[in-house]
Amino acid sequence: MGIIKTSKLIFDYIRKDEEENIEEIKRAIDGVSLDLEKGQFIAILGHNGSGKSTFAKQLNAILLPTEGTVWIQDLDTSREENLWEVRKKTGMVFQNPDNQIIGNIVEEDVGFGPENLGVPTEEIWKRVDESLKSVGMAAYRLKSPNRLSGGQKQRVAIAGVMAMRPQCIVLDEPTAMLDPNGRKEVVKTVHELNRKEGITVLLITHYMEEVTGADRVIVMDEGKVVMDGTPREIFSQVEKLKSYRLDVPQVTELAYELKQKGLDLPDGILTLDELMENLLPRFAERFPGEVILENGGSHGN
Amino acid sequence: MAIKAEHINYVYGKGTAFEQHALKDVNLEIEAGEFVGLIGHTGSGKSTLIQHLNGLLRATDGKLYYNGRNIYEEGYDMRALRSHVGLVFQYPEHQLFEIDVFTDVCFGPKNQGLNKEEAAKRAKEALTMVGLDESYYKRSPFELSGGQKRRVAIAGVLAMNPDVLILDEPTAGLDPKGRDEILDQIKRLHEERNMTIILVSHSMEDVARYVDRILVMNHGEKVFDDTPKEVFQHYKELEAMGLAAPEITYVVQTLKSHGVPIDTSITTIEEARDEIIRLLGK
Amino acid sequence: MLKDITLGQYYPVDSILHKLDPRTKLFGTMVFIISLFIANDIWAYVIATVFLASAIKLSNVPLKFMVRGLKAIVFLLLISVSFNLFLTPGTAVVSLGFLKITKEGMIVAGFMGIRLIYLVVGSSIMTLTTTPNQLTDGLEKSLDFLNRFHVPVHEVSMMMSIALRFIPILVEETDKIMKAQMARGADFETGNLIQKAKNMIPLLVPLFISAFRRATDLAMAMEARCYRGGEGRTKMKPLKYGNQDRVTYLVYVLYLAAIIGLRILRVQIF
Repeated sequence: MGIIKTSKLIFDYIRKDEEENIEEIKRAIDGVSLDLEKGQFIAILGHNGSGKSTFAKQLNAILLPTEGTVWIQDLDTSREENLWEVRKKTGMVFQNPDNQIIGNIVEEDVGFGPENLGVPTEEIWKRVDESLKSVGMAAYRLKSPNRLSGGQKQRVAIAGVMAMRPQCIVLDEPTAMLDPNGRKEVVKTVHELNRKEGITVLLITHYMEEVTGADRVIVMDEGKVVMDGTPREIFSQVEKLKSYRLDVPQVTELAYELKQKGLDLPDGILTLDELMENLLPRFAERFPGEVILENGGSHGN
Repeated sequence: MAIKAEHINYVYGKGTAFEQHALKDVNLEIEAGEFVGLIGHTGSGKSTLIQHLNGLLRATDGKLYYNGRNIYEEGYDMRALRSHVGLVFQYPEHQLFEIDVFTDVCFGPKNQGLNKEEAAKRAKEALTMVGLDESYYKRSPFELSGGQKRRVAIAGVLAMNPDVLILDEPTAGLDPKGRDEILDQIKRLHEERNMTIILVSHSMEDVARYVDRILVMNHGEKVFDDTPKEVFQHYKELEAMGLAAPEITYVVQTLKSHGVPIDTSITTIEEARDEIIRLLGK
Repeated sequence: MLKDITLGQYYPVDSILHKLDPRTKLFGTMVFIISLFIANDIWAYVIATVFLASAIKLSNVPLKFMVRGLKAIVFLLLISVSFNLFLTPGTAVVSLGFLKITKEGMIVAGFMGIRLIYLVVGSSIMTLTTTPNQLTDGLEKSLDFLNRFHVPVHEVSMMMSIALRFIPILVEETDKIMKAQMARGADFETGNLIQKAKNMIPLLVPLFISAFRRATDLAMAMEARCYRGGEGRTKMKPLKYGNQDRVTYLVYVLYLAAIIGLRILRVQIF
């Protein structure tokens, strides 16, 4: 069994009027059973309102299942005695960078989690040092969070989570409010943590470019898991993704369009390099002597 | 021409330690009916620039004309200017405050001095333009979805019946479908109502797809002002400014660098597809 | 305009003052404020000036930065100085109709001005050299004894620290919403008082909604990071007095003794 497991998970948002009568029930998660493997980089895609953020909040026991169960390494999140252990094991990073930094100084914010856990002072300092280094923010440790860019703030938030030594980090649309550079910065940081520290990453997003490097991509729609596979498997189904209000990276879409026009290309091309590998030989054939196959200064995106 | 800026300079916090030269000698002409994209990384001065165009910020130096009149001349009616030049801020849904959608959209027209009936007529038109029907009129703006809130907020500016509409990242935080819906609606405003549009965006793909002309800001200066095709040829310079070109630009540039005789001014998927198919003779 | 307020702002440099225990600085500020009210002699002010000047020097914060903080109180300063200037009875020096400036008035106004300026500069030294978190830690620890009377000291200091973090964010947000409503033709300047108050609704409602949203988000983020009140919490920067603090307390004692001594020994000048 993996690090996170859910079984027939259902979650309803219940709205009550002033007299506590139920006014509206909205099913946000509808029977999700998933088993997520330790050490993987997993991306959850879905349009706004697909239930992906609600799902994320289940993993940290911020929300508890209406029906079904969530286990974090054998711990049932709905049992009260597991609450703090669960929150220690899965760290959460949220969407709005301003609304999750508590400290007035970067290093103090990173220390906030360990302080809550009752970690001894010396150990806190060690963890703060390591965490800030692991997200590349050591140089900013004495800065005020208000002076940082959006991407930097999110990296601080990630460091704050890392300092709690979690098994897994769940990032709930951490890039939605960032500019393209900030987005790249955050995604790169998370990939590094996954690779170097072996941390299990669950990245929730609607930006397709951010999931091409994932081990596994899960697509949610109307509270259900509708697609589940490797990025290549997912992105080879362009029409299906579009029906879920999603998109594919431009390179993938171009390859798909070319294929529609009769060009024989493999399914689910994800990167510029892959596209070139497949296109250049054809051009070399078409324009012999003019087109060179070996890298003439690739622009790598 | 609708807007003309001459040697606009803007210095924040003049004389303090935080002094910052946010705009440096910006010259600019925007014709009525144009669809212009404004790009630049965070802090490049693009937000400061658009706030000048409707008089929310006043240039420390330089002249700004709207329809031929200098807006800094004495007695110029700034509030009238703001109804001609509508500005939709980033995350505009944060400015909603009224009890229901309809009343909120009426706020602008009422401030313009229109009576109740006229304001209501404007609000109806504006809400129709953004694709919200009568079933939304009496709903609280706060119980709508993110995308719907955003559209209500845009309608709030449209209801003032502006000739120029400036939008600061209108798609921030929206999912791909929501993004396309908003951008398509903006395009329709441009085409059907001949509205002048200035679109601030971080997405080069969106800019390449929708606008006729791109302005690039960097460190408070206007560095490029040309068609998307021309501007994205300078993708290396754009990268040096912390920007990029659309992914498709990288596809055609890489092909070109390997000797493929491809037109490097291509910026959209459709163009690239057709050009590749043509070259491969299929 | 709001950016000019240096009171409550932290200035991140390294200095002896930055390294002192926040309690030492809190106490020092108190001592200094008390001393200003005891001082009634030119020599006492000279000592206070030396004390303040050394503190400024030791803080490594540029004097210019502190002086800018005074901008916020210029109005208050003008009022209290002119009150004293014109309303102190005594020998008239200048007469402007029914207003007259007296010799006594000039002295009192002068001391009043200095006192106010020193007060603001003195307390801003504390906030400039102490992070809001250290400050609240200092308060929390100093007021520890109140816990026995069931005062939630930790919670209150946590709230203060969070408020300090969000003030600049909300100021920025206010500016943004104001501009956004102005772009929709809102008018925040003209009209009578009631009109003006009514015109604030388009600003205040969004601001409150945003503040509540931020509060909810923040509460969730804190819970997600295992925050559960003060119990069982350790400190990253626990407060511990060092030698420099002991020396500083000695300086306070000497300083206060000098000021009090002067008051007892010398004749009053006003």
